[in-house]
Amino acid sequence: MAASDDNQKTPHITVCNLTMGYGDVILMRDLNFTVYRGDVFAVMGGSGCGKSTLMRILVGLKTPHAGSVAYESTDFWSLTDDERGLWMQRFGILYQGGALWSSMTLAENIGLVMELYTDLNRSEIRDRVHFKLSLVGLGGFGEYYPSDISGGMRKRAGLARAIALDPEVLFFDEPSAGLDPVSAKNLDDLIIEINRSLNATVIIVTHELPSIFAIANNSIFLDTKKRTATAKGDPKKMLATADDPDVIQFLTRGKGRRRSTPKLQGFTV
Amino acid sequence: MNGSKTQSVWQHVPEPDDTLMIALLGDWRTGVRLPSKGDVQAALDDAKAKRVRFDTHELTAWDSSLLVFLSRVIDFCSTSGILVEEEGLPEGVRRLLSLSRAVPSKIDPVGKAEKKSLLYVIGETGISFGHGIKENVDFIGELAIACMRMVRGKAKLRTADIILVIEEAGWRALPIVSLISLLVGLILAFMGAVQLRTFGAQIYVADLVGIGMAREMGAVMTGVIMAGRTGAAFAANIGTMQVNEEIDALKTLGVSPMDFLVLPRIIALVLMMPILCVYAVFMGLIGGMVVGVGVFDIPTVQYLTQTCQALTFTHIGVGVSKSVLFGFIIAFCGCMQGIRCGRSAAAVGEATTSAVVIAIVYIVVADGLLAVMTDMLGI
Repeated sequence: MAASDDNQKTPHITVCNLTMGYGDVILMRDLNFTVYRGDVFAVMGGSGCGKSTLMRILVGLKTPHAGSVAYESTDFWSLTDDERGLWMQRFGILYQGGALWSSMTLAENIGLVMELYTDLNRSEIRDRVHFKLSLVGLGGFGEYYPSDISGGMRKRAGLARAIALDPEVLFFDEPSAGLDPVSAKNLDDLIIEINRSLNATVIIVTHELPSIFAIANNSIFLDTKKRTATAKGDPKKMLATADDPDVIQFLTRGKGRRRSTPKLQGFTV
Repeated sequence: MNGSKTQSVWQHVPEPDDTLMIALLGDWRTGVRLPSKGDVQAALDDAKAKRVRFDTHELTAWDSSLLVFLSRVIDFCSTSGILVEEEGLPEGVRRLLSLSRAVPSKIDPVGKAEKKSLLYVIGETGISFGHGIKENVDFIGELAIACMRMVRGKAKLRTADIILVIEEAGWRALPIVSLISLLVGLILAFMGAVQLRTFGAQIYVADLVGIGMAREMGAVMTGVIMAGRTGAAFAANIGTMQVNEEIDALKTLGVSPMDFLVLPRIIALVLMMPILCVYAVFMGLIGGMVVGVGVFDIPTVQYLTQTCQALTFTHIGVGVSKSVLFGFIIAFCGCMQGIRCGRSAAAVGEATTSAVVIAIVYIVVADGLLAVMTDMLGI
């Protein structure tokens, strides 16, 4: 995991005064945070606070109302659509339900990205697809359609597609939602492994506390009532030092009391 | 119990210190007739109570019905400044009541139905109609750009997808097209022959069926069938992809849904419609011949000769051209409704319905305009 000292790290994504919403409804205003290269960054907050909307803005699917998102030093939203498209090819995204293309087999789902953006020939693509599927524990499932496999497998296949082009930034929208605790833990381990081995910056939108404490080394808390970010930084430190009652409530599952050190038995940190 | 008003499930007894004691009796489960707001208000007013307490010694069973009643009493008391002592209530009831009050009700409900004036409704309809037109124009623009990309060889579409749609919208549609066209041919022949026979001209039923099917009915009926069959499938398919974030997944890969989803469908349907149309005309002619030869005793050779004389390439050309246009309309409406679909299951249903309705309307309007145009051009 990345070094804890911010001074030694290079900023990867910088968000400045970001305001977002739908039409006249403002979800969040004045968001300011920096994600460093190699971070596992958690976007936390209650249901409906705008976590997924923030992700849609970061990946280029939704225009922000105001403010800027910069990748390295490039202002993402001031680029033309084509230029932004080039940046987007460096992202890997795992959507909530996997979002696999239902009319294609798993192998075609993963292979399509390589077909479109690389000069690899068919057999090379086939080998790479097989490798990526094996990486997520789905070796031999290449010819299955998304409807033939379970929800957890779909998520893993989605992850295989997200890492098809070895992305620089990986986005996860509620990765462990709808998964049993063991599958969720395995997915967490997989995320950490990918973060370390590919050196990808990982951004996770979630409200699953075990995942947050197990894998995130940096985070932001979005407060539904105040409509802005009320806490930032390492979630474990946040639990120990936060003063905001809503942040403490969230991090302690509503118990409202602070433990000096979070108990993380069973999770690799 | 002096002054008490006996009901089936409750009694209220005024006590000293301006207190009203409400006794809850028997079974308070769903099915019991709850005392109305008026009853409660009348009891409190009669007693001029300043505080209310409950007696539940004779309460045998309860569910949400009791909670609803108590909430009513408590709400009324809190607005009229009457103190409610909840101590007499069962523990479970007290806990549930406090849970229901833990989060205050939303005061400004979103989407609350307001009463709108007629002028407002007309204005709103006009604006949404304007938006609809703008969406159409936007979509045509995006489609034109995608077509340009395809011509320059930069569009990201797969031949396999086109072939898949060709299969789905092509030979798989043959059974229904055969059946409907055959029946339309039969009906045209029968209706025509009955009238023509009155002045001994039933041989001209061959002309009627031939020209009618080739110029109009072949293309229109195929259009209507395909709008209901394939146009709806396009909208449902793309709409579901929208709901499942599959379209987002495409966009974030830098793949335009116009290239990847819309173009293959439009190309496939524009290619298939003329073939289906010619096939429909052929089936219609068979239907007409069955009636002509079988019912009205026209010799087969004579019927065929008459049909060949009547049918020119112009008629067939007009029909086939129309079918190309209708194919475009169906695919366009289906894809547009799918792409513009909201992110819920209900939205997919709406998109599918709109795709079929709009496509059929456009087909009929286009057919009418083309009829006038061909007439003016003398084709």
